[in-house]
Amino acid sequence: MSATFRIAGAGRLKQAKIAGFSFDDRPYTGIEGDTLASALLANGVHLVGRSFKYHRPRGFLSAGAEEPNALVEIKRDAARKTPNVRATVQELYDGLTAQSQNRWPSLAFDVGAVSSIASPMLSAGFYYKTFMWPKTAWKNLYEPKIRAAAGLGVAPDQPDPDHYSARFAHCDVLVLGGGAAGIAAALAAAETGARVILADEQAEFGGSLHFESGARIDGQDGFAWAQSAVAKLKSMDNVRVLPRTTAFGYYAQNFVGLVERVSDHLQNPGRDLPRERLWQVRAKRVVLATGAIERHMVFADNDRPGIMLASAARTYLNHYGVAVGRNVGVYTANDSAYAAAIDLKKAGINVAAIVDLRDNPTGPVIDEARALGIEVNFGRAVIRAGGKLRVSSMTVQPKNGGGERTIPVDAILMSAGWTPSVHLFSQSRGKVAFNDETKRFVPGIYAQDCVSVGACNGTDGLSATIDEAYAAGAKAAKDAGSRPAKGTKPKVDAGESWSRGMLGAAPGAGSDTTVKAFVDFQNDVTAKDIRQAVHEGMRSIEHVKRFTTNGMATDQGKTSNMHGLAIAAETLGKPIPQVGLTTFRAPYTPVTFGSIVGHARGPLFDPTRKTAIHPWAERQGAVFEDVGQWKRAWYFPKPGEDIHAAVDRECVTVRKTAGLFDASTLGKIEVVGPDAAKFMELLYTNPWEKLEPGRCRYGIMLREDGFIYDDGVVGRLAPDRFHVTTTTGGAPRVMNHMEDYLQTEFPHLNVWLTSITEQWAVIAVQGPKSRDIIAPLVEGIDMSDEALPHMSVREGRICGVPTRLFRMSFSGERGFEVNVPADYGEAVSEALWAEGQKHGACAYGTESMHVLRAEKGYIIVGQDTDGTVTPNDAGLDWAVGKKKTDFVGIRGMARPDLVAKGRKQLVGLKTRDPKVVLEEGAQIVADPKQAIPMKMIGHVTSSYWSQNCGRSIALGLVAGGRDRTGETLYVPMPNGVIEVEVTGVVFFDEKGERLNG
Amino acid sequence: MLLIRCPYCEEERPELEFRNAGEAHIARSPNIAGESDDDFEKFFFIRSNPKGIIYERWRHMHGCARFFNAVRDTVSDRFLMTYKAGEPKPVKLPGATK
Repeated sequence: MSATFRIAGAGRLKQAKIAGFSFDDRPYTGIEGDTLASALLANGVHLVGRSFKYHRPRGFLSAGAEEPNALVEIKRDAARKTPNVRATVQELYDGLTAQSQNRWPSLAFDVGAVSSIASPMLSAGFYYKTFMWPKTAWKNLYEPKIRAAAGLGVAPDQPDPDHYSARFAHCDVLVLGGGAAGIAAALAAAETGARVILADEQAEFGGSLHFESGARIDGQDGFAWAQSAVAKLKSMDNVRVLPRTTAFGYYAQNFVGLVERVSDHLQNPGRDLPRERLWQVRAKRVVLATGAIERHMVFADNDRPGIMLASAARTYLNHYGVAVGRNVGVYTANDSAYAAAIDLKKAGINVAAIVDLRDNPTGPVIDEARALGIEVNFGRAVIRAGGKLRVSSMTVQPKNGGGERTIPVDAILMSAGWTPSVHLFSQSRGKVAFNDETKRFVPGIYAQDCVSVGACNGTDGLSATIDEAYAAGAKAAKDAGSRPAKGTKPKVDAGESWSRGMLGAAPGAGSDTTVKAFVDFQNDVTAKDIRQAVHEGMRSIEHVKRFTTNGMATDQGKTSNMHGLAIAAETLGKPIPQVGLTTFRAPYTPVTFGSIVGHARGPLFDPTRKTAIHPWAERQGAVFEDVGQWKRAWYFPKPGEDIHAAVDRECVTVRKTAGLFDASTLGKIEVVGPDAAKFMELLYTNPWEKLEPGRCRYGIMLREDGFIYDDGVVGRLAPDRFHVTTTTGGAPRVMNHMEDYLQTEFPHLNVWLTSITEQWAVIAVQGPKSRDIIAPLVEGIDMSDEALPHMSVREGRICGVPTRLFRMSFSGERGFEVNVPADYGEAVSEALWAEGQKHGACAYGTESMHVLRAEKGYIIVGQDTDGTVTPNDAGLDWAVGKKKTDFVGIRGMARPDLVAKGRKQLVGLKTRDPKVVLEEGAQIVADPKQAIPMKMIGHVTSSYWSQNCGRSIALGLVAGGRDRTGETLYVPMPNGVIEVEVTGVVFFDEKGERLNG
Repeated sequence: MLLIRCPYCEEERPELEFRNAGEAHIARSPNIAGESDDDFEKFFFIRSNPKGIIYERWRHMHGCARFFNAVRDTVSDRFLMTYKAGEPKPVKLPGATK
């Protein structure tokens, strides 16, 4: 299909470079430099989407980032499908494939449009009112149906194959917006030698100079000046120029988030380019030159394809060389639409009429339009648009009523005035102020080191804009510490200027329910909806916004907020500033998840920690589990074994002969210094001063509130040196807790804390044969029970390398934990394993470790405790130094509720049927026959099959648990109630004789 | 992201390197075991949670790892100053809004 709406001699694109593309499977051609929007318009295509709620046919409203209607899916391949792309910002490349959205079966015939017929039912607040009854229908019927019908595009169903990069940057002056104002500010700042970053969301700099045909700067056409100015900036070493880069969020202390679209415009991006790049910029000064966005007129059926902003039509003509129609009407309350009519007329397009809501406007553009022979009507309104899939006429009436006249048109250009883009300023926590004369919110009180220039500051006229921006750029550089330089301010030879306009609904917006005069196109909010919201009691603009959803779509109300506010204010009978503006929030335009996530996905999402002994466990066929960031050997299945068979075998083998276990992940902290024992006294409940060097003690750490925070075995290596172990998951927070007290509460103590978790690899050797396995490899340590009793530690050598050898047990068997420097961990494991195999030892994993410790009633902090368990609750009163006058938690532990009767206490639970294994987390009740909801008196914390006991075993926290020993309690489950007997927590070797066995 | 001046490193570093540690200048009694329930409640549970100036503890977790104190305005989220742990609560605040 030939591009029939491309006007010869108009626009700036080089006709030579043709790009083929498809839209809804139909092939078209465009020109390199087109957006998808301009290329479709060149082919006469206006209908590109269906609206969100009513499925109304929609075309292009704008030529930029504010576009609410023209959302399409861009598909590169099966995995690269991007929904909700604004066709007005998607650059065309050869082979681009686009699909329309929110329609079935086709764009021109959409079944969903029946909702438009039912629209009297679908008014503001409809969800809140309609789906109230019956209650169960919400979950089963309404919500699934609404969810299926809602939303615009369809999310891709495959992982994103693209990669995204991220950079941090620092600069003296960050200029956001690359129109005339931004370029002038950047030039002024750059001339001082300041480090400058200039960013603009478009492919080419120039902003409104894309369409302002009347602008001339430094003797050139405005757009040409912008290109040469940016070329100059690019050539400067102190300037970074970022096109296709949107500043989406303005955060504290001049920290600005920008997304650079690196390759979305390329036909073959290749693998070496990221799709997008996230810039996190910290700027000494920020210059906001974000421009202004034109508003539409609010009248009946103002959403018909072919009705668009006047500036958009001008952009399509003056930049892309595309006419948006052949016979256009203009509806305005502002001068800027006249310039569009004049440009189109000069390009040979018929302008059927200009309808101006104002009574007697005067000015050069009005005179020029008349001189060109364009019919100009003052004091009149367009009360409705004709046509459905494309506008076909506009019906005009004097604004105070009277005879109607219908004028055939194929496009309507509209302008209600310009809204300064104060989004980023507002995000910076600046307060906007309302200018009643110009009906604009402009920057008022600044909260950060930034300045607004040009249209976003409410400055009218190119000359005034450049003056203001150039001065602001120079000042920003100076304030950032640069020396003033003598530069050359761009000279404006000719410019365009307009202001004023109107806010709110025009006469054609109607008041009855059948008229659809859209305020927010993307969320299908009409003027009537906003009035209705006020009538139904919404007073705050924030409530009106949420009730109607005005401004809550992905375009964030760039075109609709001011109209919505004005209609609400009018209905409330209050001035606009009293009603107030809703809050602007990041992101300014939608940001992909990919750009935020960057490289932090897959294996790079979170660090993976492996112990030094990991390769040994791998060789033994371990199945690993994730414990925090650690990979831990879970169990070691032999051929044909499942987890149960493997764990049963491992548990029995450890108690019969021995087992080797990688305990390296245990947190380890060395507490060193003359006051080390004093510090330990304060941080743990136990007494430490009298612990002899060479001995160990099981320590409990509390928080100040008296609840158990961590536990572990502590060995005293020397009077001034403790080797503290913590739980695997607790290591970092225990270190933080210790440092906190040492630095802030007990700074008088002369102690040094060092994390040594990763420095020592730990091989636990547990079982009756453990000493026989270790002894042949050890030098310099007497391994006899007399010299190395249970709970002692010695330093010596094993396999010729240094070791801290602990005699300790988390299995209840005679046991050792061999600490060696991490680099030797794998070799020592192999040596121990070779010895172990001579004795029939097994390798065992975390699952067997859990079962073995539960058989002995040893708790795991975080599993059998939950942050509300005291030492007494856990049956660990013996570990609290009774004579101590201070330790962290001593006072909290004595709080009335923590010593009250009836607290949950840790007990053992034996199921009546020994074969039944309880579920961890299951609730426990005293009477299973009581009415639901039952009174729950506790829950199961640990539960396993114990092959050594020949039955299931469990631990649980039960109210008044220890006094219930021998009682029968009940665990109600979905398929029946399980009877359990309350027991002590030790299920195996109650006397603890095997520790020396 | 905030920039926070570590009084030990003597430079501004990004918030990512720091961790908040709650309100500052809440001293743990040397005789904590003998405290009344009311006094312990005040010490352990009650926090000022002001709208405006707050004195709080931070730790330069991924830097020098030191705990220090900061004065921050909870309305503007601005740091007015930071100072070393153990130093007295500052009387004069630079650039305080109230």
